[in-house]
Amino acid sequence: MSEEFSPNIIAFACNWCAYAAADLAGVSRFQYPPNLRIIRVMCSGQVNPNFILKSLEEGADGVLVAG
Amino acid sequence: MSEESRDSKQQDLRIGVFICDCGSNIAGHLDCSAVTEYAASLPGVAFAKENLYTCSESGVVEIKKAIQEHDLNRVIVASCSPRTHQPLFASSCAEAGLNPYLFEMVNIRDQCSWVHMQETDKATEKAKELIRMAVAKCALLEPQQDIESSLDRRAVVIGGGVAGMSAAEAMAGMGMEVVLVEKEPRLGGLLRNLNRIGPEGTPAAERVKELVRSVQEKENITLHLESEVTSVGGYIGNYQLTIQPVSGQAVQETAGCIVVATGAVPWTPSSGEYGYGEASVITQMELEQRLADESFTPPDRVVILQCAGARCEERPYCSRICCLTGVKNALLLKEMSPETEVHILYRDMQMYGTGKESMLWEARGKGIAFHVYHPDQGLQVQSDRIAFHDSLRGEDREIPFDLAVLSTPLVARDNARQISQMMRVPTDQNDFFLEAHAKLRPLDFAADGIFVCGSARYPATVEEARSQGMGTAARIGTILFKEKLISSAIVAEIDPESCVGCLGCIQVCPYQAITYDPQQGVCRVNEILCKGCGNCASSCPSHSIQLRGYKPDQLFSQIRALAEA
Repeated sequence: MSEEFSPNIIAFACNWCAYAAADLAGVSRFQYPPNLRIIRVMCSGQVNPNFILKSLEEGADGVLVAG
Repeated sequence: MSEESRDSKQQDLRIGVFICDCGSNIAGHLDCSAVTEYAASLPGVAFAKENLYTCSESGVVEIKKAIQEHDLNRVIVASCSPRTHQPLFASSCAEAGLNPYLFEMVNIRDQCSWVHMQETDKATEKAKELIRMAVAKCALLEPQQDIESSLDRRAVVIGGGVAGMSAAEAMAGMGMEVVLVEKEPRLGGLLRNLNRIGPEGTPAAERVKELVRSVQEKENITLHLESEVTSVGGYIGNYQLTIQPVSGQAVQETAGCIVVATGAVPWTPSSGEYGYGEASVITQMELEQRLADESFTPPDRVVILQCAGARCEERPYCSRICCLTGVKNALLLKEMSPETEVHILYRDMQMYGTGKESMLWEARGKGIAFHVYHPDQGLQVQSDRIAFHDSLRGEDREIPFDLAVLSTPLVARDNARQISQMMRVPTDQNDFFLEAHAKLRPLDFAADGIFVCGSARYPATVEEARSQGMGTAARIGTILFKEKLISSAIVAEIDPESCVGCLGCIQVCPYQAITYDPQQGVCRVNEILCKGCGNCASSCPSHSIQLRGYKPDQLFSQIRALAEA
């Protein structure tokens, strides 16, 4: 068997909640896989569908919009 | 070097990257030296350095020095969270002559080293990628100027009760111009109806007199009695209000900030409810008035019923102050006439605060009888007796009385909702005004420049109303004593060339920050009202709106940089 599939995930995280939650996960030393890349946005409502399509087009396996 | 000349070097990108070890918080879990070396190799990076603590005095000095020595026109710090440290680093850049909006931060601690503690290699790779993304975005950052707006150093206080008068008095004392609007012909609010206040038993009448005198003596307080605010426009620093007196012409006032201190009213049962309407059944507020009358002598048997009309389906909340009031007045009755038999029927006693808890023990010591009743089991008030189910004894009982006192809750004023719509501030399910955050911003509304205090927010004692009123004065002082109102430039901007005036943005804006300009046929952003959420930008069908610092090209560059691995 080849290496286990590990998806590349891009997250658009709202500065005021989800991004703060990701900081809290760090402060609490919660461990999670290192295949998530967070892009900070000022509100999840700012996320244009183009951002999601662009992410997938550029090779992301999954997109998370959190806010 | 001046700021303009540094910012204008757009073509010649000179990025400085500072990698923070954060002691061992970052360096202990990923290879900071390798990350620094990698950062130095990225296009446009003119300088890269690893620091033990970038946020320390020496770390900050090093950034400033590097900006000068290496002629940097972009700065990146890879360390902790921008939520906590962006302001510090951005202002350091500004001090060194670099526009603070050309600073970018990378989170390699909270969102990297701390969450991948056992995976040094992968965490190191992730840190490199995050920095590559920031470098890519950084190249497209644009210098911005903070938004400055003028401040009208006046405040309008709506409501002349204890809370409102305390706010007005404190602000006037600080030298501010204050406009106090009261609906009634006299100042004082509910305090006028009270007898004595708190465990100390200060006569309410004296307190009112003192406060009213203090307010009236202040030359910088303009009083509008028998008047109501009928319209509010504008925004923080520049509000316009219309004040309508009962008779006469409406007055226009301007203010930088507004205090809502409209208070609450005691609930009165309808005839027959809890025996109300019988001469021997009165509310706690009516008892206060009787006690204030010197000719009053307590009858032989008094029953005080707590939670009358409170914590029920129509009014599901606890009014907070009734337990204190009930016990205070029971003690007064006992003091005036030790022979009087006083019973308090309650569901739960809430005597919060040390001074008040001791009142409860004093009351028990003085022979005031306390009984727990069940609200749904046979509670009935007649003209001379009360029937109830005693939950502790587990039996139905009857207590005869000469006077029954109903401790009814404070309820929101009828016009609370109307005021909330006019000011665009929220109320809770019971129509009390809702603060921005119960613990972190208890006197603020989410709308900037509008504050709330006293029983308009939630039933409050006289002392609480007073301290809240003074608290709003302090909050307003922090805003209005500044030279100018300075806010972040990270707001939406509309390109009038491509905007077709479809009004879609106006519908999605949660802050009413966008208006339609019928002359030009385009929408316009009010930069002071805009909070930079970008909802308008994502929904604009002609892509005419962009959120500064988060433009599509800037985010696309981050996404692309990620794919370059």
